[in-house]
Amino acid sequence: MTISAPVTPTLDSLTLGDIVAESSFPLTRDSLVRYAGASGDFNPIHYRDDVAHSVGLPGVLAHGMLTMGLAIQPVVDWAGDPARVLDYQVRFTRPVPVDPELGAVVTMVAKVGALDVDAGIARIDLTVTFNAVTVLGKAQARVRLV
Amino acid sequence: MPPYLVGREKVREFSRAVFATNPINFDPEAARAAGHSDVVAPPTFAVVVQEATLAQLLAEPDAGIDFTRVVHGDQRFSYSRPIVAGDELTATLTVASVKSLGGHSMVTAESTVVDATGAHVVTATSTLVVRGDE
Repeated sequence: MTISAPVTPTLDSLTLGDIVAESSFPLTRDSLVRYAGASGDFNPIHYRDDVAHSVGLPGVLAHGMLTMGLAIQPVVDWAGDPARVLDYQVRFTRPVPVDPELGAVVTMVAKVGALDVDAGIARIDLTVTFNAVTVLGKAQARVRLV
Repeated sequence: MPPYLVGREKVREFSRAVFATNPINFDPEAARAAGHSDVVAPPTFAVVVQEATLAQLLAEPDAGIDFTRVVHGDQRFSYSRPIVAGDELTATLTVASVKSLGGHSMVTAESTVVDATGAHVVTATSTLVVRGDE
């Protein structure tokens, strides 16, 4: 089997405001345990309701870094290679409570926010929501294109 | 602290945990076809390396930070090159700023991550909000 190099979008094919990726992620408590193990973030507010309640939270919350980490994945697939994401920043504005039975669905939409043709870089702006409320602010990635 | 050795299986485990689907995160053949020496870590993987330095800061008695009152305010990763399996990474943390805002403190910590040759790989910047007494 031959593996071909990924296809990368060209800058001149993009216009400000274009939607380049859109997706939703159904999170469960299992997702949080998996992320805790993979990242080494074992803060119990991400897997124990009693601890979450004791510090005034409605229940177990998703790791902010999990939300940040998954929200960029559709952009990675659009760009064709994770190495094309040069810079990625977010502000954690709202928590994502994850119900033990129903879980939580996080949705993301990525749009072209700015184009730097000389540098070969597109700024991609992400809107990340849970229950129709934005949970990440100023979520931006700088992506190197061709 | 000894360098952090980026393992291929750790990259795969982290990739699965953040719902990555790109073959370059999982398959060395696909990564090589794209010009990388091994599987490439997702953009937020640097948090694993940064974590150790942040834990040191939070454990530092002189910093006076109560862990139970810490909330993650914002996060940024700025890469010079991607992290790939096999990298030996060393992180150095500096506290870039401390601000007080309505009884809360905002600590901005910057971790500079370099490879075995000392070349810059990524800078991870975190703002931690330390909640004041209620």
